[in-house]
Amino acid sequence: MDELKLYTYIAVFGSFAMYFAIAWWARAGSTKEFYVAGGGIGPLQNGMAIAADWMSAASFISMAGLIAFLGYGGSVFLMGWTGGYVILAMCLAPYMRKHGKFTVPEFIGDRYYSKGARIVAVACLIIASLTYIIGQMKGVGVAFSRFLEVDYGLGLGIGMGVVWVYAVLGGMKGITYTQIAQYCVLIFAYTIPAVFISMQLTGNPIPQLGLGSTLSDGSGMYLLDKLDLVVTELGFKEYTTGQLGNNANMIAYTLSLMIGTAGLPHVIMRFFTVPSVKAARSSAGYALVFIALLYTVAPAVGAMARLNLMSTIEPAAGENLVYAERPQWFKDWEKTGLLKFEDKNGDGKIQYTADKASNEMVKVDRDIMVLANPAIANLPNWVIALVAAGGLAAALSTAAGLLLAISSSVSHDLMKGVFMPDLSEKNELLAGRVVMTIAILVSGYLGLNPPGFAAGTVALAFGLAAASIFPALMMGIFSRKVSGVAAVWGMCSGIGITMLYVFMHKGIMFIPGTSFLGGMDPNWFFGISPNAFGVIGAVVNFAVAFAVTKVTGPAPVEIQQMVDNFRTPAGGVSAAHDH
Amino acid sequence: MVKDNSSYWQDNLRIIMTCLIIWFVVSYGFGLVLVEPLNAIKLGGYKLGFWFAQQGSIVTFVALVFWYSYKMNQLDKKYGVEE
Repeated sequence: MDELKLYTYIAVFGSFAMYFAIAWWARAGSTKEFYVAGGGIGPLQNGMAIAADWMSAASFISMAGLIAFLGYGGSVFLMGWTGGYVILAMCLAPYMRKHGKFTVPEFIGDRYYSKGARIVAVACLIIASLTYIIGQMKGVGVAFSRFLEVDYGLGLGIGMGVVWVYAVLGGMKGITYTQIAQYCVLIFAYTIPAVFISMQLTGNPIPQLGLGSTLSDGSGMYLLDKLDLVVTELGFKEYTTGQLGNNANMIAYTLSLMIGTAGLPHVIMRFFTVPSVKAARSSAGYALVFIALLYTVAPAVGAMARLNLMSTIEPAAGENLVYAERPQWFKDWEKTGLLKFEDKNGDGKIQYTADKASNEMVKVDRDIMVLANPAIANLPNWVIALVAAGGLAAALSTAAGLLLAISSSVSHDLMKGVFMPDLSEKNELLAGRVVMTIAILVSGYLGLNPPGFAAGTVALAFGLAAASIFPALMMGIFSRKVSGVAAVWGMCSGIGITMLYVFMHKGIMFIPGTSFLGGMDPNWFFGISPNAFGVIGAVVNFAVAFAVTKVTGPAPVEIQQMVDNFRTPAGGVSAAHDH
Repeated sequence: MVKDNSSYWQDNLRIIMTCLIIWFVVSYGFGLVLVEPLNAIKLGGYKLGFWFAQQGSIVTFVALVFWYSYKMNQLDKKYGVEE
């Protein structure tokens, strides 16, 4: 066994052993522990757990890779995913904590005084979360296929098994503590290679500053200027200005990711685990600090990875790399099928250009960039091993959090809350675990043919959450009037129109061949890509709900009093049933 | 009591609005809509619009959430509604 493999096994198995040990040590006994960890976790720890929960395979493995190839256009992910936190922290988290329930559908069911609203919320939650898990599964599959040197499909299967053991046994309590451990692993794994590479290229050890510095190769040129020059020479879009679609698409995309972030149930659920409203506010702040650490490094990782990739393939203009002399990382990634070379002009050299006809790098999966990055930069083997462990930590923690959100909404909201109110605690837990298992199987199957790169798939999930759950929560808190029937109509029409648009372009439940408009850009509404459409769905949701409220009349007085009650951290207005 | 609560809520909304305006300006304003004119200005090797889109907006968001938390805790004390 070579050195790299040995280190990778140590890093991956070592970190896994730690997660399992923590999950076992803190395993859940009661339902309250299973869902919200008994409600007694401090803001700093909770902030870390939220950050790990939230920063998924999409953030860790996929995002910097997308930025590497999109350049400025990749900013939508950076601003969208962090900006959503601002909305979450100010507009949702404190009030939902005050209301004090286990799940998001439960809140919606209470506020809209309707079991129907609760069921619709469960359905929306499942659709959005499943789509999100597909993105995670893609990331897990990529990471396992590389480090075990197997085919992507087999890597995915192994990943499913690991996620199952881990999420099904743990419940929320195990997950909260393991997620703190996972945050530490993933942030080290992400920043250490970035520091090394930033040092190599610019001499500045802080990646955020390195990205704005001059190159240390003696040319005195700024790194970003050099990158612009290199990519435009080969016909690609200029790195620092190239847009993602058009300006309208970028704005819609960012907004869709932002409000989707705020509407994703597995993140909101986290705020039920803090002891007070005050702690809910500060948890969001700490979470964003921990998230920002990774998110401000990501643009540096992306830009530097792109520059390194370009200069590996074409060390000097016109002197292309000879295929037979390709480095080891190139060969390793070829085995996974995620990197492919085709010698179109038969000269034995690699030409990588923007022109489809002459480009010989026929497949460069964006999702491999972060994992391949340390090897491309010739970093020591232990750093490469660390990145593999970090990527898996990111994917696992998010998949586990999402599975918990799905299982709690089915077992707690649907079965216990609506259909079988006399379900025992023990059976509720069992039902939750069965639901998790089914969700893993479904998402694994769909992950075999994901609708895009991990970050793109996740963006779809955010769009779906943005169109359904986010508006219902916002109206529930900021309007005392919106009625239950109106909320149901709003959620159904919002998610309905978004799913219609997405499935038209990406296939029904993303199954290839079932798309009837194809992924064709000309069919896009105002040039807005399916990933960015959630914001239109949200607008529809708001409009329908307000219109229907005009017809049905406002919510009853006791509901309005309930709203007043959760708007204040303590005391204030007493709930209707206390009178 | 009711009047007190509604003015608490109004103050709360004012804090949120202030934050959201800044939130909007740094991301959509500087990062997306005004990116081209701002790119004419350089911050080290960064074009300024590009910097806002990939660094500056995120840093501002962090500051905003902490400021919000601080202001809200003050507000809770003022109205005597802290837990």
